[in-house]
Amino acid sequence: MRTRQPLFYWMGFAIILVLLIVAPLVLPEFWRRFLTEILIWGLLAMSSDLLIGYTGLVSFGHSAFFGLGMYGAAAALLTMRPPSLWLAIVYGLVAAALVAGFVAYFSTRLRDIYFAITTLIFSQIFYVVIFTWTEVTGGENGLTFSRPALAIPGLFSVPFTTETLHWFVLAVVTLSYLALRRITQSPFGMVLQSIRENEARTRAIGYPIERYKMVAVMLSGLFAGLAGVLYAVQNRFAAPDFVFFLVSGEVVIFNVIGGIGTLVGPIVGAAFYLLLREGLSRFLTEYYLIPVGLMFIAMVIFMPQGLLGFARRWLNR
Amino acid sequence: MEQVLQAIPFDQLLIQTINGIVTGMILALVASGLTLIFGIMDVVNFAHGELFMLGAYIGVLIMATTGNFWIALVAATLLVALLGAVIHLTTLRPLLGRDPLTTILATFGISLVLQNYALWQFGPVARKIQEPFTGHFKLFYLEYPWYRLVIAGLSAAIITALWLFLKFGTYGIWIRATTQDRVMAQAMGIPVPWVLTAVFAIGAGMAAASGVLFGPLVGVNHTMGLDWVLKAFIVVVVGGMGNLGGSILAAIFISLLESYASLWVSPAQAVIVSFVVLILTLLFRPTGLFVPTPK
Repeated sequence: MRTRQPLFYWMGFAIILVLLIVAPLVLPEFWRRFLTEILIWGLLAMSSDLLIGYTGLVSFGHSAFFGLGMYGAAAALLTMRPPSLWLAIVYGLVAAALVAGFVAYFSTRLRDIYFAITTLIFSQIFYVVIFTWTEVTGGENGLTFSRPALAIPGLFSVPFTTETLHWFVLAVVTLSYLALRRITQSPFGMVLQSIRENEARTRAIGYPIERYKMVAVMLSGLFAGLAGVLYAVQNRFAAPDFVFFLVSGEVVIFNVIGGIGTLVGPIVGAAFYLLLREGLSRFLTEYYLIPVGLMFIAMVIFMPQGLLGFARRWLNR
Repeated sequence: MEQVLQAIPFDQLLIQTINGIVTGMILALVASGLTLIFGIMDVVNFAHGELFMLGAYIGVLIMATTGNFWIALVAATLLVALLGAVIHLTTLRPLLGRDPLTTILATFGISLVLQNYALWQFGPVARKIQEPFTGHFKLFYLEYPWYRLVIAGLSAAIITALWLFLKFGTYGIWIRATTQDRVMAQAMGIPVPWVLTAVFAIGAGMAAASGVLFGPLVGVNHTMGLDWVLKAFIVVVVGGMGNLGGSILAAIFISLLESYASLWVSPAQAVIVSFVVLILTLLFRPTGLFVPTPK
């Protein structure tokens, strides 16, 4: 559909981008932070969509990539003087890439359900290691650090404000979105989709599917790590809670709510979920997961295309 | 505890062997429910740990009203089996014939709901189930509770009963027929959808029974299911998916390794041993350790 109406697509893209750029100037402080957070979780969900929606692999291991991105950023910010944003990103990406490579090597030997379970167990391995290795990771308390300045060495250096942080995150998320969109529409992305549709046939045509899957998991892990770095920079801490597999579960929920295989859908799903949580937790405190869980089950059964797919079908009617 | 740390290794080894077998049997009970559901229905039940936890909580409640452990055990098993049947009818049956991956999503949703429901109903403070009897016997320098051995024996009995039922019972044969070929089983007049519901209920009941049995050894709280379901997943992968005998062997094997490892490191780190076993299994025998080598 996108190829049929490229003009509409880019117009919509530009309108939403402009709205997101202007948003921090008009929104109150709380909602500014909230919007930035939605973008970060949206990036994480989008990275997972590359696996769930395009390759047909449900990953419950994204918390590991996300968390290692956080801890990688923390390592750079705590050891390097002066703390540099770019080094934090590099460290976070390297950490996430290492973990993603490790997970990809083992888990892509397996299919479907087995893949989901092994990624889950692997994220749990990293959780246990981070949780018990107190000297390095701070254990249960995690690590706190100060936020680096937005700087290009030799050119300028300004401390982050809520607005500039939002714009920075928006820029990273937009570029990642464009990159992921390009990846999914490239010949490589086509092979991934054909793996999703029929693995045996793709193999028979002659594609080394294990290698394709491995690259897909690693790419997805890289973008998830990037989201982790952004989250670390925004919140100035890294905590083991974010490596716990429930975070991966939330990411899968974002995808299903928003609509898998759409890239934009997961961001919509993240926004919807976070808004719902914000609204419900005001009067349900931590039990907001009961209605959210029920709604999730209902969506899996009745609306498998998610909000976006549903809206698209409704518009086309 | 100090005594344990100072004693000579041989005693410790023996004690840890017994401990490992006891936890292994409980784990086998949890994992065999999981592998039963997986092998027959192609459903990975993420909510299995929550059924285990709910079983323990229902055990606590019934213990509080009746004061009898065995009534609590039976009632919790039956109630959770009923709950399992309801869950299957409302959420899993509509997904029949769809991609098996959707069942992971649905059961994950169920586990979220059940876990937070338990937190809401029972609060974050751990409860305790009273042991049905408090006898001890002398094992070197330790007073080893008989109850632990009884748990292991009961778990073994339940698993054996399940095996006998699957092997010789009429309905057991229905279940095996459904596993082998759903369409053919349907054609022979076996009510396949109801067989699937019954299997899910049996698996849920087994999880609940292990929850009640294990309740006296640890506190009962709303997150106790998480640990167990993860271990059970590891066991099921190591033992070979859907392979009952393999999961039982794997459960005992992993629990033994973990309890030996906890001689040297803390129990939280001993978990890493089972992760290593899992990685090695995936590396060399991706279909499971206790499965004949495929030709």
